[in-house]
Amino acid sequence: MKLRLSPEDAAFRDEMREFFTTKIPQHIRDTVAARHELSKEQIVESVQVMNAAGLAVPNWPVEWGGKDWTPLQRHLWHEEMQLAAVPPPLAFNASMIGPVIAAFGSQEMKEKFLPATANLDIWWSQGFSEPDAGSDLASLRTSAVRDGDHYVVNGQKTWTTLGQYGDWIFTLVRTDPEAKKQAGISMLLIDMTTPGLTVRPIELIDGGHEVNEVFFEDVRVPAENLVGEENKGWTYAKFLLGNERVGVAPVGSTKRTLAQAKTANAERIAADPVLAARVASLENELLSLELTALRVVAHSADGKPHPASSVLKLKGTELQQAVTELVVDLAGPLSLASGAGDGSEVPDWARVATPQYLNYRKASIYGGSNEVQRQIIAKTILGL
Amino acid sequence: MDFTLDSETTALRDAVRGLLSKAYDSSETRREVTTTDPGFGEKTWTRLAELGVLGLPFAEQDGGFGAGPVEVGVVAAEIGRVIAPEPVIEAITAGGIVADLGSAEQRADVIGRLAEGTLILGLALHEIGEPVTATQDGDAWTLTGTKEPVLHGARADLLVVTAQTDAGLGVFLVDPSADVERTGYRTHDGGRAARVTFQGASAQPLGEPGDASQRALDQAIARARIAYGHEAVGAMETALRTTTEYLKTRKQFGVTLNTFQALTFRAADMYVSVELAKSAVEWATLVLADDPDRAVEAAERVRVQVGKASRHVGQEAIQLHGGIGMTAEYSVGHYTSRLTAIDHWLGTGDELLASLAGQVTTYGTLDPLPE
Repeated sequence: MKLRLSPEDAAFRDEMREFFTTKIPQHIRDTVAARHELSKEQIVESVQVMNAAGLAVPNWPVEWGGKDWTPLQRHLWHEEMQLAAVPPPLAFNASMIGPVIAAFGSQEMKEKFLPATANLDIWWSQGFSEPDAGSDLASLRTSAVRDGDHYVVNGQKTWTTLGQYGDWIFTLVRTDPEAKKQAGISMLLIDMTTPGLTVRPIELIDGGHEVNEVFFEDVRVPAENLVGEENKGWTYAKFLLGNERVGVAPVGSTKRTLAQAKTANAERIAADPVLAARVASLENELLSLELTALRVVAHSADGKPHPASSVLKLKGTELQQAVTELVVDLAGPLSLASGAGDGSEVPDWARVATPQYLNYRKASIYGGSNEVQRQIIAKTILGL
Repeated sequence: MDFTLDSETTALRDAVRGLLSKAYDSSETRREVTTTDPGFGEKTWTRLAELGVLGLPFAEQDGGFGAGPVEVGVVAAEIGRVIAPEPVIEAITAGGIVADLGSAEQRADVIGRLAEGTLILGLALHEIGEPVTATQDGDAWTLTGTKEPVLHGARADLLVVTAQTDAGLGVFLVDPSADVERTGYRTHDGGRAARVTFQGASAQPLGEPGDASQRALDQAIARARIAYGHEAVGAMETALRTTTEYLKTRKQFGVTLNTFQALTFRAADMYVSVELAKSAVEWATLVLADDPDRAVEAAERVRVQVGKASRHVGQEAIQLHGGIGMTAEYSVGHYTSRLTAIDHWLGTGDELLASLAGQVTTYGTLDPLPE
């Protein structure tokens, strides 16, 4: 056992730090650090700078632009990115559909989509959840009926994050209504400009427009856009949701937010032992979480995920939320000034505090709610 | 960075596990041992010595085996798994002070006998009222005052004692057979402690009183906090395993308790607490091995995390069992009692959190990896 990074890994970390802090445009990093919303153009620019350096999709197979990195190197890549306030590559492209196409798509599909997906020339949206299929995703009802060379899709998807920017959407659709629920599902790639597809914004409690409903009314999709085999979609979806072990816990960004809160309120925190203890306690929990993430990557070299990986999402989002809560408390009455405009003396961090706090209530709901995570721990790890 | 044990350490772990799981094969055997003085198994102590456990972290030239914090941690975790009552961490902690401060003769004598298993070495730290004072007369030192509670203080063959001197903190070796009054009693976790009164007892100084002694004591406490962290994690893992087994077998309303999500979710939260505590403990162990100067702070962080987890897991382990968890006959309550003892011996999590809180504005982010 040893703590120190090997000289190779230490050099790797320095290289990542150098890249993220010097090559990603400052205006993008400033936007992230200020906890402001990124524009589509900023997200695309950031990914394209990374992709040009070969750093956008390290988790992909090497022949499609991936890197033959160890889990630890991928962890370091992800942490340095977050600490440098660099937005991670769009998850729908880099973590979700890209690896699925690389693993299960036809050669033609790979050639058509993977380079454009890595470079964010295609912006992917996720069409999984439905109004009646949330945590119980397999009860989804959006149907795809084969009609010659096409599937005809009808139904509704929801919670489609940043769907307003989407070029294509990867969907789970029911292709066999007779089969038991997981068995009749397929994965279909749909061009979002196809007639019959409409995107409708859902306004959230922070006032932002981040998620959407997507409606499908007799949308005709070429059959070649089926991923893999018909009725195997659930297998691909499980692969998609389960193959990401790195970056499950948002440690780096939470650490950065906490450090910024300390800087902006240093005198108060130093003078208030209760507040200081709250900060110290959060830092200790974050440290323990980061070390758990390191244990997970250190032990997953043989390809098998470490059982503790299920802790990462649960605890990671709880701490992310606890830090957003702390920032609102630090802002106090100034936290109500979220709409303050020019001429206001309310500091920017205090203006964004409450919208961020409200926005991040989502973190314990998405990606398998924290109740689903507890269920996984209880069943899979504890055998209950 | 590497979190895996090498084959030698794995072999040590397996050997200690084999020995202790045989010695404490049930709640009943542990109860028999802890209800009879001295509160631990003298034979088990000897066998631990034969495995090399008692000399583990000490230099070979002093009679030790030249291992480090990782090996000590592995042993401590095994002690925690069965909450073995042998005072291994106490003896190693006291021995560590001798190793840091003692002369070559003192080291060879004390560590040699400790490693052989022929010496029960105690550590007298805590005081209730006036501090114990050390007085020098020529080359001779004597100690006056009372230490309490001293773990295994009545049984100990030799004591490492902290005392005030004109030059600051001093650390002394005291043979308690002369001019020392000792009153032993049982502690709630099945261990033993004593009130130890020094009545002008003859004492051998370990090094010079002052800053060096204070530093050695701080380091020794940091090492002990980390070792107890391993013991606590081992104990929590057993408490959680015992609880999940119970949930799978105990029936109420015609079904096993794991049918109730209200209970299984609480077990899942216990698992989260144990894993986070384990991560903190493993990290601090590696910090100690890598750079002992950083170990004091790392050990404080361990206490905070382990203390929080110990309370959570200990309390829930009893609650999820229901009434049976309250009984002395059943194992799980003893784990809670032991975790409570560990949590209060060298500073509670809250006390250490207060220490860490005073520093939070002096740095930005915490980086667990050394520069």
